[in-house]
Amino acid sequence: MTQPLEIRKKQYKKLVDEIKPRPPLVRNTVGAFIFGGLIALIGQFLLNFFQGQGLSVNDAGAATSSTLVFLAALFTGLGIYDEIAKYGGAGTIVPINGFANSMVSPAMEYRTEGFVLGVGARLFTIAGPVLVFGILSAWLVALLYHFFR
Amino acid sequence: MVALKKIGAQTRWFQNPPVILACATIVGEKEGMGPLGHTFDKIITDSHYHEKSWEKAEQRMLQEAMQMAVERAGLSLKDIDFMLAGDLLNQIISANYTARNLEVPFIGLYGACATLYESMALGAMLIDGGFAEYVLIGACSHYATAERQYRFPVEQGVQRPLYAQWTVTGAAGMVLARQGPGPVITHATIGKVVDLGQQDPMNMGAAMAPAAADTIMYHFVDTGRTTDYYDLVVTGDLGTYGKELAQRILINNGYDITSCFADCGVLIYAPEQDAHAGGSGCACSAVVTCGYLLQEIQKGHYRHVLGIGTGALLSPCSSLQGENIPGIAHAVVIEAG
Repeated sequence: MTQPLEIRKKQYKKLVDEIKPRPPLVRNTVGAFIFGGLIALIGQFLLNFFQGQGLSVNDAGAATSSTLVFLAALFTGLGIYDEIAKYGGAGTIVPINGFANSMVSPAMEYRTEGFVLGVGARLFTIAGPVLVFGILSAWLVALLYHFFR
Repeated sequence: MVALKKIGAQTRWFQNPPVILACATIVGEKEGMGPLGHTFDKIITDSHYHEKSWEKAEQRMLQEAMQMAVERAGLSLKDIDFMLAGDLLNQIISANYTARNLEVPFIGLYGACATLYESMALGAMLIDGGFAEYVLIGACSHYATAERQYRFPVEQGVQRPLYAQWTVTGAAGMVLARQGPGPVITHATIGKVVDLGQQDPMNMGAAMAPAAADTIMYHFVDTGRTTDYYDLVVTGDLGTYGKELAQRILINNGYDITSCFADCGVLIYAPEQDAHAGGSGCACSAVVTCGYLLQEIQKGHYRHVLGIGTGALLSPCSSLQGENIPGIAHAVVIEAG
């Protein structure tokens, strides 16, 4: 108690790190592999199905993405998606359906604040930064490509 | 000159210890299914509580709990001299709207999850100071309103770290009186804001543990009591790891309370309820104190209890700006009447 604050802070940080439980890396990785793999598998089935219906590769790809996004939005609305993500982790967050979940969940939640200043303003709270920096980096890469190709 | 009722650096003693006349608790479904489920007065299964928003549901829980406490004390709202209450939402809206509806002179408080203990300490001072005969206090929190204010939308898919805690959905009301039957408040130790550099908003236990340990130590130093005076030393919502941290700091400073140390956040959920490190939120210490703890004191299982409300002074804005998360803790001594 009598030691200087900086030393107490350092000692405390050490104690916190010692007691803090480590994330179950193996379980999380296996979960991400299985759930991410399952989503990819469903995607492949959909792609084959749409191609079998006579769509071109590009069109079938777009139809597959749309279907996955729709399913993720539906499962979010039904309150199941967060339960799956608890086990799937990165496997359910990184693919395109994670993006859908990150837009539908604030949309549901901010409905109570109205459609314009609630849903409209908050829809991109989580997805927004992904879009901003995704578009920015695409733009920068395109610029570099333009000058240095 | 030292104030008349001040002992040591941070503690106050009460000449005529105020009485805890009546309590009431309302909790959500998850809390109702937990190990303390049978100790709560009302369990709501709908997280919206038939209201349009979660915020309205939280406010309604607080109002009902406070009205129930007044009824149980055999009083009417006209008898109440002051209402002290607070919650976690911006501008403490749950408490404000409850005060609007109850029409009682109101002092709004914010002590994060330590709010109920802050109210108990101040309420006892108002009564022992001769400023009030009856004080109504209360605190509430709601998992969904807290999540969306401090973290993510409820339906967003995230993996919570194992040291994260679960905000308790619930509300508690308590009536303090100058005299009457019931357990009494004999001392209060008001805590300082302690900051040991914690920055992880998911690790609230680590942010609060130094404050809890600090207040507990000052309480022992101020009162000259030893650790074996108390049957139970119970913190608000340190959770599994925060409790361990506080215990370690106390042992390092020569206070071993291991044999009588509990935490409301650890008590409220069972391990299989997926709450990870335990409960948190204003309602955590509030419903466990007003439910389980006071019932145990009334049954005679505990006679001398040191309760410590613990709060993490976190705001989403300050933590994004790189500020630390300081903690606060207030201790109240509850003795069997």
